Amino acid sequence: MSLNSPYLRKPTSVTRVMAEVLLALVPAIAVYAWFFGVGILVQIALATATAIAFEAGFLKLRGRPIGRSLADLSAIVTAWLIALAFPSIGPWWLVVAGTAFAIVVAKHLYGGLGQNPFNPAMVAYAVMIVAFPALMSQWPGAGRLDAAAQLDLIFGGARAVDAVTAATPLDSLRTGLRAEGSSVNALLQGDGFGLFAGRGWEWIAVAFLIGGLYLLARRIITWHIPVAYLGSLAALETIASIAAPQSYPGPVFSLFSGAAMIGAFFILTDPVSGATTPRGKLIYAAGAALMTWIIRHFGSFPDGVAFATLLMNLCVPLIDMKTQPPVFGHKTKN
Amino acid sequence: MNLKHLREIAQAGIWKNNTGLVQLLGLCPILAVSTNLINGVSLGLATAVVMAISGAVVAALRNLIPYEIRIPVFILIIAALVTVLDLAFNAYLHSLYLVLGIFVPLIVTNCIVLARVEAFAAKNGPLSSAVDGFAMGAGLVWLLALLGGMRELIGTGHLFNGIDMIIPSAQPLRVLPETYPGFLVAILPPGAFISLACLIAGKSWLDARAAKRAAQARPAAAPVSA
Repeated sequence: MSLNSPYLRKPTSVTRVMAEVLLALVPAIAVYAWFFGVGILVQIALATATAIAFEAGFLKLRGRPIGRSLADLSAIVTAWLIALAFPSIGPWWLVVAGTAFAIVVAKHLYGGLGQNPFNPAMVAYAVMIVAFPALMSQWPGAGRLDAAAQLDLIFGGARAVDAVTAATPLDSLRTGLRAEGSSVNALLQGDGFGLFAGRGWEWIAVAFLIGGLYLLARRIITWHIPVAYLGSLAALETIASIAAPQSYPGPVFSLFSGAAMIGAFFILTDPVSGATTPRGKLIYAAGAALMTWIIRHFGSFPDGVAFATLLMNLCVPLIDMKTQPPVFGHKTKN
Repeated sequence: MNLKHLREIAQAGIWKNNTGLVQLLGLCPILAVSTNLINGVSLGLATAVVMAISGAVVAALRNLIPYEIRIPVFILIIAALVTVLDLAFNAYLHSLYLVLGIFVPLIVTNCIVLARVEAFAAKNGPLSSAVDGFAMGAGLVWLLALLGGMRELIGTGHLFNGIDMIIPSAQPLRVLPETYPGFLVAILPPGAFISLACLIAGKSWLDARAAKRAAQARPAAAPVSA
């Protein structure tokens, strides 16, 4: 059967896009809960409740229709990304304050959905890691904490943290490399590292990859940003690990550690704060990869994805302006 | 120079034309020094004193200063006053002097001071110029107090950090409970921008509400007078 143009397609609603994104996050959340316990589910519930409460409150203050805007699910996507970016055993107020900041300052003060120049979830992460660097660096070790201990860490008062928490694989690798005579290969044999990246974390990254491929298949996102981001990051890591194999862990570890996968498919692809032209997306994602690589290896924060995203968000207006494709029927300058 | 006129000048300086909230002048010291209430108020008072005296001096000399070189002369007068103040801080409030550091000498370059001298003192009498300078300074003091207090409270849970630099026996006040972790961002530069933006929004909101009320009051009052 052949069809003639115009091909009528149902317009994609914001609600459908957001629902698909939430669905695509589910496998990673399931793997996360499997390896690291119920903490992440509690954090997601806290973040979601906070996001809905502040979204509704601010829509009311701004005199906007509350029901329709809440139903677009965008606040819940922000909440889930925040919960996934924050340590799952952080105290309850950490994720609540972060989510409130994201919804109020990063989203509504800029004019609400579609107007925010920065990714709200990454703003929350950046603010909280600058404000509470210690709390934001305490991550659970795989299979180390039972549910009661996690709930106690989230809702309890005192935190005897060093005994129960672990640094992220990226963090422990960097700290380990500072020691005299250390090498990547020796460090990767250590506790906390798994088959090809951090123990437990590697499979969460695989689940993000699966969710991301689902989004690609459903045409919620295009291939440009994930391919350019992961490709550039892998290229940089490959060059570095060939040049100095003792100090750089190589592309596989890097792609499956930290927030690289969630960043490539779920954060950088944010249609509001990310670049929108096809060529612009490639430049934007490659720039974010370069920033991530620099901050990871030469910075002092646990991961560079959040800051890389925010820095590239700043460049988006320029990138989009310089990469406007010619209008159909018009000639390009050259 | 009647009293009503002076009151209007004072009102403009403290609220209507507030340097930080309306004119957005001198933002560098406002943002940098308002990390706590004591620092903010100290610098605000220092600026207010300089503004009041420089206003009076420039107004008194305004007919003697050649128009073409008035800016260098104004700056010289302001710089002389600031130097006196800087030395006084160094002598009597040395620990505060160390905290405020470069921002006391920098009052010279603060555009608020020169702006008031140029826009007001060069055209008005010494008394109203002194009132104008001091009122503009007072507007700065309350703004810095509020901004510094907000940032300090959110950032550390204390108020009056560093009061021992002024009254040696006094202690900072713990307002929030011991377990409050301290939201460090409020003390850092982003906190200054966010807090000042909130205050500016707050003033705009109050002004808009006042304007709305005035508009509502007028038609209601009309039948009474008729």
